[in-house]
Amino acid sequence: MHKSHDKNLRKLTFAEAIREGIDQAMMDNSDLIVIGEGVPDPKSIFLTTKGLQEKYGSNRVFDMPLSENGMTGVCIGAALNGTSVLMIHQRIDFVMLAMDQIINNAAKWHYMFNGQSSVPIVIRMIVGRGWGQGPQHSQNLQALFAHIPGLKVVTPATAKDAKGMMIAALKDKNPVIFIEHRWLHHIEDAVPEKTYSSSLDKAQVLREGSDVTIVANSLMTIESMKAAGALSKVGVYVEIVDLRSIKPIDSDTILKSVSKTRNLVVVDSSWKTGSISGEIVSLVVETGFDLLDRAPLRIALSDHVVPTSHYLADEYYKDAQYISSQVLDFLSIVDSTNVVGKQLEIHGPKDVPNKEFHGPF
Amino acid sequence: MTNRYQKLLLEAETELFSIYTQLLRIRRIEEAIAKRYSEWEMRCPVHLGIGQEAIPVGVSMHLTKNDHVYSNHRSHGHYFAKGGNLKKMIAELYGKETGCCGGRGGSMHLIDLEVGFMGSTPIVGGTVPLAVGDAWSAVLKGEKRISVIYFGDGCFEEGVVHEAMNFAVLHKLPVIFVCENNGYSVFTQLNERQATRKIINIAEAHGMQTHSADGNDVLEVMEVSYNAIKRARDGNGPQFFEFKTYRWLEHCGPDEDDHLNYRPQGELSTWKDRCPVEKLKKHIVRKDTNYEEQFQLIEKDINIEIDEAFEFAKNSKSPQIDQLGKYIYA
Repeated sequence: MHKSHDKNLRKLTFAEAIREGIDQAMMDNSDLIVIGEGVPDPKSIFLTTKGLQEKYGSNRVFDMPLSENGMTGVCIGAALNGTSVLMIHQRIDFVMLAMDQIINNAAKWHYMFNGQSSVPIVIRMIVGRGWGQGPQHSQNLQALFAHIPGLKVVTPATAKDAKGMMIAALKDKNPVIFIEHRWLHHIEDAVPEKTYSSSLDKAQVLREGSDVTIVANSLMTIESMKAAGALSKVGVYVEIVDLRSIKPIDSDTILKSVSKTRNLVVVDSSWKTGSISGEIVSLVVETGFDLLDRAPLRIALSDHVVPTSHYLADEYYKDAQYISSQVLDFLSIVDSTNVVGKQLEIHGPKDVPNKEFHGPF
Repeated sequence: MTNRYQKLLLEAETELFSIYTQLLRIRRIEEAIAKRYSEWEMRCPVHLGIGQEAIPVGVSMHLTKNDHVYSNHRSHGHYFAKGGNLKKMIAELYGKETGCCGGRGGSMHLIDLEVGFMGSTPIVGGTVPLAVGDAWSAVLKGEKRISVIYFGDGCFEEGVVHEAMNFAVLHKLPVIFVCENNGYSVFTQLNERQATRKIINIAEAHGMQTHSADGNDVLEVMEVSYNAIKRARDGNGPQFFEFKTYRWLEHCGPDEDDHLNYRPQGELSTWKDRCPVEKLKKHIVRKDTNYEEQFQLIEKDINIEIDEAFEFAKNSKSPQIDQLGKYIYA
């Protein structure tokens, strides 16, 4: 993606970058263990844990009973005893079974016991989409986690960040919720081979522009980048702020960008009500009302269940084409020959992440 | 059952007095909290364990400081039996800076890491998997110690407990499950909540080694737990205890609540006749002289210590307001 124009830099997919991040963190910290349903199995969490058990042994890399809540508690107990834990869920939907342990124990332990102990646990969870995964395998429940004090919630969009933020999360003393969109897994980026940490609480400007700020995260950052590329063809220059962390939210980077473009569009990765986009609009309006030329725009999923049928789901999701048309309307710009729309048109099915995909997930 | 350990124990009067002191101390602390609760200075829910003192005292006799204990909402006895600091605990109930959580936890969140009391919380079932994870981590790190988790009969209805038991057995972890069956979840009797089968049979079906005893008889608790804890230490996997006992006071608060008629008539008095403190006292007295002087001395020392703890709590500073946002993250 961005910054990948240097051909000398090695490229990895997002999934490979996650794997490398875990690998390097495990090498660095012999007290770090990895556990999750399917972690050492032949498909190894979409190959993101491939070979780890062979390399680090069955005393550090574990499969797991299907006991999401109990096992989250077990991992918290281990973390309280100084074992760093990476726990992995193939779908974020499954984590709903573990909300008691995450909210009542992991998030609160350090505070309620007056800083005497802490919970170094990273919980990776993957957001699904497409191929008819439907109501209970394709939700993005990010805002639920961001609501809870004591959690850090990160949503990397690029392979470079995926690795750096994974390493940083695994070094952190706090519970970190690590949310990945499944459709990011195949996307390549230049990823340094060395071990490095990326910030867990800072947004970053992925593309500079002067006309409008788009704040987005996860897969919607990628879609927004595509939209920005096409919009530049008609002279609309979009600045993209990739949130990276949704708890805490880096208000400084957002406000700085808005003060430059004077226009704010927030592209949410999930539903509108009670959302991260609502939070961002609020913080900008509260602290930067005078910076804005017009009322901010939110692009988010409609407040209903994700349908299974691709005939319905294709309309439900927002892509780069939709984002770009909304931005043009927002700025009252008419693209009479539909330059932008044509460029972003998707040929072929919309319910798969790429042409190589053969389903099911 | 003749057991060399018990024989030795019964002969060791000093040991018996020490056990008695622990039982009575917990009783008197709970009574002191109840008595002073109406002063409105301990402004947090309290779940008093009067009537249930023998279980943690009996179990903890076989624990060292290095062993870890996790607990639930009715945790005072567990905390003291493990050696938890009295002054810090009372100060915690007073919401003071010197409390064991600096006033952030209250009665439902006790901790004393110096003696291996890792934490208690009031979400029923919440700490059970934590103790299992704690034991798992100990094994992974090669620490030679065990973990103990206390919970009630109501907790046994939580799915997370069964998830935790499965994992403990699967990995043969050195963890002791202590089910304190007092027959009630708040006002609701066991037979309204659970099918007619034994709790230990379910634990056994999980592959757990199970043990049960009269939870109001501290010597019986000690005897049963001696062998079981040794088994866990020797790498034979998790052990499950069910101890029958009875809560004398209301579920939450300082008062009796028998007038609400949710307990069968006469049940409370029957259990009061089986008071764990008196039971041991009778055992000691039966052995020989009446030891009146010793008993008075124990009582006196305990009362002095309790008064000092309350003074300490009252005289301690309240937490600094500017610390309110501290410790959100480590």
